[in-house]
Amino acid sequence: MAIFYRMVMLVAAVLAPSGVAYANEGQPAPWQIGFQHANTPIMEQITSFHTYVTIIITLIALFVLSLLVYVMYRFNETGNPQPSRTSHNTPIEVAWTVIPILILVAIAIPSFRLLFAQYTFPKPDLTITATGSQWYWTYDYPDQGIHFDSIIVQDADLKEGQPRLLTVDHEVVVPVGKNVVVQVKANDVIHDWAVPSFGIKLDAVPGRLQTTWFRAEREGWYYGQCSELCGRNHAFMPIAVHVVSEQAFNDWLAKTKAASASQDEGGKVAVAQN
Amino acid sequence: MAQPAHTDVHHDVAHHEEHPTGWRRWVYSTNHKDIGTMYLVFALIGGIVGGILSIAMRLELMSPGMQIFSDPEVFNVFVASHGLIMVFFMVMPAMIGGFGNWIVPLMIGAPDMAFPRMNNISFWLLPASFTLLITSLFMPGMPGGNGVGAGWTLYAPLTTKGTPGVAMDFAILSLHLAGASSILGAINFITTIFNMRAPGMTLHKMPLFVWSILVTAFLLLLSLPVLAGAITMLLTDRNFGTAFFDPAHGGDPLLWQHLFWFFGHPEVYILILPGFGMISQIVSTFARKPVFGYLGMAYAMVAIGVIGFVVWAHHMYAAGISVNTQAYFVFATMVIAVPTGVKIFSWIATMWGGSIQFRTPMLWALGFIFLFTIGGVTGVVLANAGVDRSFHDTYYVVAHFHYVLSLGAVFSIFGGWYYWFPKMTGYLYSEAVGKLHFWLMFVGANLTFFPMHFLGLAGMPRRIADYPDAFAGWNFVASIGSYISFAGLLVFLFGIAQAFARKQHAAGNPWGAGATTLEWTLPSPPNFHSYETLPRIK
Repeated sequence: MAIFYRMVMLVAAVLAPSGVAYANEGQPAPWQIGFQHANTPIMEQITSFHTYVTIIITLIALFVLSLLVYVMYRFNETGNPQPSRTSHNTPIEVAWTVIPILILVAIAIPSFRLLFAQYTFPKPDLTITATGSQWYWTYDYPDQGIHFDSIIVQDADLKEGQPRLLTVDHEVVVPVGKNVVVQVKANDVIHDWAVPSFGIKLDAVPGRLQTTWFRAEREGWYYGQCSELCGRNHAFMPIAVHVVSEQAFNDWLAKTKAASASQDEGGKVAVAQN
Repeated sequence: MAQPAHTDVHHDVAHHEEHPTGWRRWVYSTNHKDIGTMYLVFALIGGIVGGILSIAMRLELMSPGMQIFSDPEVFNVFVASHGLIMVFFMVMPAMIGGFGNWIVPLMIGAPDMAFPRMNNISFWLLPASFTLLITSLFMPGMPGGNGVGAGWTLYAPLTTKGTPGVAMDFAILSLHLAGASSILGAINFITTIFNMRAPGMTLHKMPLFVWSILVTAFLLLLSLPVLAGAITMLLTDRNFGTAFFDPAHGGDPLLWQHLFWFFGHPEVYILILPGFGMISQIVSTFARKPVFGYLGMAYAMVAIGVIGFVVWAHHMYAAGISVNTQAYFVFATMVIAVPTGVKIFSWIATMWGGSIQFRTPMLWALGFIFLFTIGGVTGVVLANAGVDRSFHDTYYVVAHFHYVLSLGAVFSIFGGWYYWFPKMTGYLYSEAVGKLHFWLMFVGANLTFFPMHFLGLAGMPRRIADYPDAFAGWNFVASIGSYISFAGLLVFLFGIAQAFARKQHAAGNPWGAGATTLEWTLPSPPNFHSYETLPRIK
C-alpha cells in the first residue's frame, strides 16, 4: 500500500504545476480551485493526502462515467433490441465488493497517519488562548501576561491592501518556526477557530478548553474565519495571524507589555500597532 | 403516440363503493392513494417554498457585500428554514409519504395500508407542523430579529441562550409534530409490508422500492425518537430550568451534537434510500432487464441502514472529540462506501446487456447514478478526519451533501414522479417538457454545486451572508446555476399543468415489457381499492 501511495503521489507531482508564485499567501485568491498554500507541516500533509485521495476518487468517478457512457451507447434499444436476462454473476459481485475494500484500505493508512500527526503535540514554544464571543475573538498570552480583543475592521476603515472581512484591529502575533499551542474556548455560544493555510480548525465550545497547535514556516499574514454558525455576525469575526521573525516578535512583546503597563487601570490592555 | 382506449372498469367499481366525496374525501381520507396524493401536493408546496428560500440565498451571495438582506440574521433564518423545509417538508413527504403510500400497497398487492386512519393523522400532522415552522419565521428569535437562524442542526447553546425568542419553541414543536407524523407512518409501513403482502409475495420477491421503504421505516422508527428526546431536552433547557446543554450547570453542548447526529445521520439515509429503490425500479423498467444482483441490492440497503447508526460523530471531527474516537468514526464511515458501491455497480450491470429506452424517468435515473457517485466519493474524502479538518463547515461540505441530496434524492424524486405520474393521474405528460425539465435541472444544479467544491477548498465557511471578495467568482457561477435550476422548476410546474390540460389517457402499463411490478397490472389510475381479488405471485 505504501508503494501504491508513492506511485500516485509521483504522478501527482508530475502533473502539478511547479514553481507557482503564491501572491496572496494566507488568504483565498479569485477563481482559486485548490487549497490555500500550506504554511505548516500539518497543512502540507493534509494537502498531499488530499491530492492523493482526489486522484483516486476522480479515477473512480471517471470509471463510473465511462461505464455509463458505454452502456448507453452499446445497450440502447436501437443498438441492442433484444435485452439479455442476466441477473447474476458471482465473480463480478465479489470483485466489486473486494476491490473497493482494498481501495479504502489504501486510503485509510495515510489517513490515520495524518490524523495521528495532527494530534501529536510537540513541545510548545508559545501558548496562546483564543476565546470566542459574539462576535469577536479575545487573545491571551498567559505566559507573557498579554490580553486583547480582536475585532473586525469595518469596510470603510480598511487601508490599502487589507482584505475585506478578514482584517482585524489587533491580530495574533506569533514567531516563525516555533511550536505554538492554541487553547480555544468560548464565552457564549459555539465558535470555531480556523486558519486554512495552517490546517487547523477547532470548535470553541462553552465549558470546554480545547487545544490545537501549529508551526508556521514562513512569515506573513494568515487569515481565517469563524467556522461554526454563531448568530447574526458569524460572517464578521475573522481570525488574523501575523507570523514574524523571532526578533520582531520580541519587540512586539516588549512594546505591548509596555503599553499595557502604562494604561492598565481600566483592566483593558492596549495593544501596540505594528 | 397512439393510446389504447381508457377502460370503463373503474367507473363501474367506483359506483358501488361508498366513500366520501368533495372535501370529505381528502380531509377524512383513509385511502392510501388519496393520502399519497396529498403528501405529494404537500411536498410540492414545501419544495417551492424551500426553493424560493434558496434562490433568495443565491441572490444574496451572487456578489460580495450585502445585497438583498440588510440584516445577516435574516439570511441565517433563510438558511435554517431552507434546510428544515427541504428535509422535513419536501424530501420526506415526497418519498415516504407520497410515493411510499401510493406505490407500496400496489407493489405488494395489498388493498390499502395496514392502519388507514393512522395514515390520515400521519398526513394531517404535517400541515400543522409546517404551519408552526412558517409561523416561527415571524416570531421573535435572536435578539433584534425574527425566526430561527441556527441552521437545520439547531446547535445548542445557540438555540438555548443564543435564541431567547419563542421562534425556537415554535420550531421545536414543529419538529415534534413532523417526527410524530413520521413515526406513525413508519409503524404503518412496517406493519403493512410484513403482514399484507399478497399470497406468494415473499420478502425476497418484493420489489426493491418496497425494500427501500421497509429499511427507511426502520431507520425512522429508531432515529426519530432520539430527535424527539433531544428537542424535548432543548425545550426544557429553554423554558423549565434544566441544564442538559448548559456547561454552567453541569451540562454539555456536545451532548446536543451527539444526540442530534445520532438522529441526523440515519436521517440522511432516510432521505436517500427510497431514492435508491425508485432508481432500481426505473433502471430495470427502461433497460427491460431484471435488477442485477437483487439480493445484494436489498441487503446493501439493509447494511447502509445498520452502519448508518454507528457513524454519527463524523459530523463532529472539529468539535474536539478525542483522536481515538475520530479514528473509529473514520473507519466506520468508510465502510459505508462498500454497500454503496455495490448499488452503483449493480445499476450499471442491470443496464449492461439491456435495451435502454431514454424516456424521461430514465434520464433522471442516469443523471442520479453519476451525480450520486460524485457526491459519494467526496463523502469518502470527508470521512477522513485528517482532511475534514480543512473541510468542516466549508462549502465543500455544502457541495457534498447537495450532490447526494439535491442531485441525488431530488433527481430520484423527479424520476419517480415521471415514472409513476401516468399511473397516479391516468394522464400522459409531454416527453419533451419532461426532458427539458431534466436538462435544465442537470445543467443548473451542476453549475450551482460543483463550484462549491472549489469554494470549500479555498476555505469559504458555510452559512455566511457575506464573504471575502476572493470568493466572488465561483459564487457568481453558483448563483447563475441556481437560476437555471429554478427555470427547470417552472418547466416542471408547466409540465404538470399541461398534462392535466391535455388529458391524454395513459394505459395501465405505459412502459412496456420492462415494467414488471404489480402496479402496472392495474388500470391508470387504479381503482379506489386497487385489488378486487388479491393477486397471486408465482
